Amino acid sequence: MNLRKYLKVYKKFLHTSLASELEYKTNILVDLITAILSLVGSIFLLSIFFQNSGYIGGWKFEQALIIQGIYTILNGITNTWFNPNLTEIVKHIREGTLDFVLLKPIDSQFFISLKKINPSGFLEIMLGFLLLFFCIRINQINLNLSFLTLSLITISCSICILYSLWFFISTTTIWFVKTWNATEVLRSFLYIGRFPLSSFSFSLRIFFSVFIPIAFITTIPSEVFLGLSVFWKILLEIIVATIFLINSRKFWLFALKFYSSASS
Amino acid sequence: MLSNLINRKIFTLLKVQYSNMLEYRVEIALWAISGIIPFFMLNIWTNNNLNESINVSDILLSRYFLCAFFVRQFSVVWVVFSFEEDSLMGKVSPYLIQPLNPFFRYFAQHLAEQITRFPFALIIAFFFFIFNPESIWIPNLGILLLSIVSTFLSFLIQFLIQSIVACLCFWTEKASSIERLLFIPTLFLSGLLAPVVSFPAYVKSWIYLTPFPYLIDFPANLLSGNETNISGGLIMQILWIFILIPLFKKIWSEGTKKYTAMGS
Repeated sequence: MNLRKYLKVYKKFLHTSLASELEYKTNILVDLITAILSLVGSIFLLSIFFQNSGYIGGWKFEQALIIQGIYTILNGITNTWFNPNLTEIVKHIREGTLDFVLLKPIDSQFFISLKKINPSGFLEIMLGFLLLFFCIRINQINLNLSFLTLSLITISCSICILYSLWFFISTTTIWFVKTWNATEVLRSFLYIGRFPLSSFSFSLRIFFSVFIPIAFITTIPSEVFLGLSVFWKILLEIIVATIFLINSRKFWLFALKFYSSASS
Repeated sequence: MLSNLINRKIFTLLKVQYSNMLEYRVEIALWAISGIIPFFMLNIWTNNNLNESINVSDILLSRYFLCAFFVRQFSVVWVVFSFEEDSLMGKVSPYLIQPLNPFFRYFAQHLAEQITRFPFALIIAFFFFIFNPESIWIPNLGILLLSIVSTFLSFLIQFLIQSIVACLCFWTEKASSIERLLFIPTLFLSGLLAPVVSFPAYVKSWIYLTPFPYLIDFPANLLSGNETNISGGLIMQILWIFILIPLFKKIWSEGTKKYTAMGS
């Protein structure tokens, strides 16, 4: 009953935001070229790293490409859903329109996280999948049921962690008001998700698994693809993702207590 | 008389924008932090001993990336985003009436931001030296001055390119997507993520004809004491500025003719 209501609302969200985004058709074309160029650029960078050495952090070039593929998919998801919605929180708070959101008879986190959609991110997601399929071929990975379920589980966990990170940072604007570029800091940290974690020094590796769990976001799913992953790592990722999701919810409810609307 | 007037205008603009910028110190600190990608790249380079293949020592490479960070800090340009917002909101109309090209206003904004950013960049550099004490060096005064000049020229080139893109707002409403497209080659070819010397030969053969290596690679090499062609680099920077200025003037005069204010 309740779920059906939310599905219906989400359909409306999709309809309105797609309609408004598709007005800028050339924009979508430009975004497609941007996505392609950015993938070409990062493969170019990767090829520089591999120019004179066969292995980076124990990963071969073909294997490191899997990370690129997963990163591209996740980046596409970020650009489609997280970025357009969660930067909006800042605007809501600055202009006091969060009041209208809170007054609606619908969950505020649901409304704020899914209201908008940016269709140009789809192209990036597709590019990422193409690259992944290519990688599956050149790395000769057998597709079987357990591999597919495991990779699906780990990638969905990555999406949950990524969403929670974005949501955490955006929620802090309730206190700091004008920190929309905090998401830029997150973006630049996420950038290192393009490379295998083992290619960094020990201290950075610790930092990126404990404080900002980028390790979990791209490296573990890629290890699943290569069949290198150990069971406890996957379990750990599921636990981390659950903790992040639950806490993002709690944090939002906690932050709302401190929200004083624009004129009060 | 005329120059006096211009001086006074520029001075007032700078003062206003500087006090404006000081209000949002946290924001600027966050921007500064979001520029630390070069340090992550350095970590990959040194941790995998990739620098041996390009004959650059660890210390010189770490200086290079530190300088790349600095050059990037002081050549960040966002005029297209400000201009797009102002033009969508109709704020450009009052600016156009004033006897001053509105781009001077944005220019002053950027300079003021750089002044505000300076202490934060220094703090980040300080931390960098704590972790890499062996890479401390003091460039001689002449080199320091030259690299400040070339950083400023790099900023000018990027400011002009973005202003040209911003003028496209007169025709399409979303010029920022074109800027995002142009940012990709800037990111990968300017030397922010990997020094241009490490690029494969098929790229190196044409890259020095484009403006990209003069944006970060050239000033960073100059400041860090890596090998570079000083006079050639400066000449190319100035050449590009002289190519871009008439382009900007042309597109600006065409655009203002095309401009129709809100409601007309």
